[in-house]
Amino acid sequence: MRVAAFLLLTAGLSAAAEDGGLVQVGPGVYRPIYPAAPGETEVALPAFFLDVLPVTNGDYLKFVTAQPEWRSDRIKRIFAEPGYLRHWSGPLKPGQAGLDEPVRFVSWFAARAYCSSRGARLPTEAEWELAAAADETQRDARRTDAFRQRLLAWYAQPNPQTLPAVGAGKPNVWGVEDLHGLLWEWVLDYGNTMISSDSRDGKDPSGQRFCGAGAANASEKDDYPSFMRIAFRSSLEGSYTIGNLGFRCARDGKGAGR
Amino acid sequence: MTKRFGVVLVAGVLWVGVASGQGKPISAVLTDAPAVPPPTGRTAPAKVVVELVVKEVTMPISEGVTYTFWTFGGKVPGKFIRIRQGDTVEFHLSNDPGNKMPHNIDLHAVTGPGGGAASSFTAPGQTSQFTFKALNPGLFVYHCATAPVGMHVANGMYGMILVEPPGGLSKVDREYYVMQGDFYTVGRYHEKGLQPFDMQKAIDENATYVLFNGSEGALLGANALPAKVGEKVRLFVGNGGPNLVSSFHVIGEIFDRVYTEGGSNFQSNVQTTLIPAGGSAIVEYKVEIPGTYPLVDHSIFRAFNKGALGLMNVTGKEDKAVYSGKQLDEVYLGDKAPGQEPNPPSAVTNATKEAAAGTLTLETQIAAGKALFTGTCSVCHQLEGQGLPMVFPPLAKSDFLMADKTRSIGIVINGLQGEVVVNGAKYNSVMPPMSNLPDDGIANILTYVRNSFGNKGEAVTAAEVAKVRATTKRPAGAAH
Repeated sequence: MRVAAFLLLTAGLSAAAEDGGLVQVGPGVYRPIYPAAPGETEVALPAFFLDVLPVTNGDYLKFVTAQPEWRSDRIKRIFAEPGYLRHWSGPLKPGQAGLDEPVRFVSWFAARAYCSSRGARLPTEAEWELAAAADETQRDARRTDAFRQRLLAWYAQPNPQTLPAVGAGKPNVWGVEDLHGLLWEWVLDYGNTMISSDSRDGKDPSGQRFCGAGAANASEKDDYPSFMRIAFRSSLEGSYTIGNLGFRCARDGKGAGR
Repeated sequence: MTKRFGVVLVAGVLWVGVASGQGKPISAVLTDAPAVPPPTGRTAPAKVVVELVVKEVTMPISEGVTYTFWTFGGKVPGKFIRIRQGDTVEFHLSNDPGNKMPHNIDLHAVTGPGGGAASSFTAPGQTSQFTFKALNPGLFVYHCATAPVGMHVANGMYGMILVEPPGGLSKVDREYYVMQGDFYTVGRYHEKGLQPFDMQKAIDENATYVLFNGSEGALLGANALPAKVGEKVRLFVGNGGPNLVSSFHVIGEIFDRVYTEGGSNFQSNVQTTLIPAGGSAIVEYKVEIPGTYPLVDHSIFRAFNKGALGLMNVTGKEDKAVYSGKQLDEVYLGDKAPGQEPNPPSAVTNATKEAAAGTLTLETQIAAGKALFTGTCSVCHQLEGQGLPMVFPPLAKSDFLMADKTRSIGIVINGLQGEVVVNGAKYNSVMPPMSNLPDDGIANILTYVRNSFGNKGEAVTAAEVAKVRATTKRPAGAAH
């Protein structure tokens, strides 16, 4: 893995567009707010490919047309709540929802199936965070006041009634767009960081990170945007469908040479 | 919604609901501040259902300034919840689908890990449910505890839950809900427009606003809390923080009782009570005198410059025995000599000039003396020299004054203590020495009083004053 990462480092420092609108991100080092284990403050990530833009209603319409088991009238209830695609006017009719707007009200199961249909997968939390730590000029802008304040200002706003089309923002230094300021995004391991309150997950309940206890073991105590993303993801279950939650897909770096 | 407006008459009739805490659940009455739900009126615990909806809303924080608040129920502070000790509370927390953030609730009234936080962590568009038993009575704060917790609290995610002791609280005429909070905006205090949360100011504990009930003006003007003379008022006062401790004070009132920290014991006769962030106090007082009573955080810059100000309007009959209103409004210059004043009265300046030129007239002396008298002497002897009966002897038509010019000069310079008889009346008071006044000032004052208020006499000269001053032994340190 390390060798591969090294090769990729030399191969793709600039934002290289791949087919299907993916760009290479990384290799890089992700510094999690909550290290998985004491001392694991840095996670070396090999390069991977990430969609430049979130998946749109138009993209998703093609998917449910091709794989009708994911239509809102046929999806198994265990895979999505009743609110699945509720911003559409019918199972194959986005209606008022613009084709260029990001798809939302999709469950984690549905998002995973969509990416799988493209031969891709959801990005891991570490991958997503690595890509999202960048602004237009820096790979890790998380300590930059202006960047933080921009994110906080967006997180502090309630959802608009309709979301704008994808691609309205500027690409970050990796060439990825709309990671911030449009909607939340599913990641493969959304429940990874903050231990859920569900006793069925079998994890140590002492890891609860509410209130002041949320600061214990945190490495970057003033990185509020990261805290908020982690809190959001931790509140999710795989069947949830939420009005400001969409996704994009990723692919392993070993496809880089194609 | 605010129809009740806190005018909650504690019903003498106790509605005996569910006898044993089981049976048909009761739906909790929730109110927005400053209103308070009516007493439970129950003699036994019950099962109570509380349904609270988290809403992220943009609302005014001050005139022309808006802020995106995160709220328990749509307002800041959140809905007031009133239950009874021993109640079993089935709590439903819903997160509005339009919200961006996940939220939860930590009720300080809950005994158990996280105070309910772990069991109520809720994504937008979801509802969580948990149940707790209210083991302890008291006035408790609740708040959101989702990371980053400070930001959720700073955005207004707090409210209060009252757990009545068995038998309830004592009867009062009015109950109000007041909760303080500190807010951190990118723009300065009163900078117009939608103001985002400022993380660094929050970490620095440098509040832009310190407010009662979530906005400047929430308790001002038409929103002032009404009360009538003779009524007993109870304030449920909370402090959401996130950072600042409140020195809660009502200007012009003394709290008859303060249940400090929202607990079971009270302190009597309190001026200012400290309310910790994430804490509360129950404050009770009887309003006696009509007028306007400001509620403040007595960390007083917060009241003046950050918005920590509310008003209680008390209407009804005056009681002069308790408070007189203004009895006197006069110029007070202290006992400073005119020469020390930055702008000496022109009459005094004229007298000084004329004296230097050797052209000083009686009229000029009287005019200058009047200006000085008004400032210095009339405080006791009164403007028309009439004095105050039994306290300060009169100068008007005063036999004591006019009988001896040299004595009167000496009294001004050295003061007078002990019994004197003026116009047949005895006075036993103290006049402080006015030796700080210059010779010509004393001469002019005496010339004025000897030619006013029905008196008629010859002028007093500065030389005469100087002579008396030189021949009078005065104790060390007697000079001003």
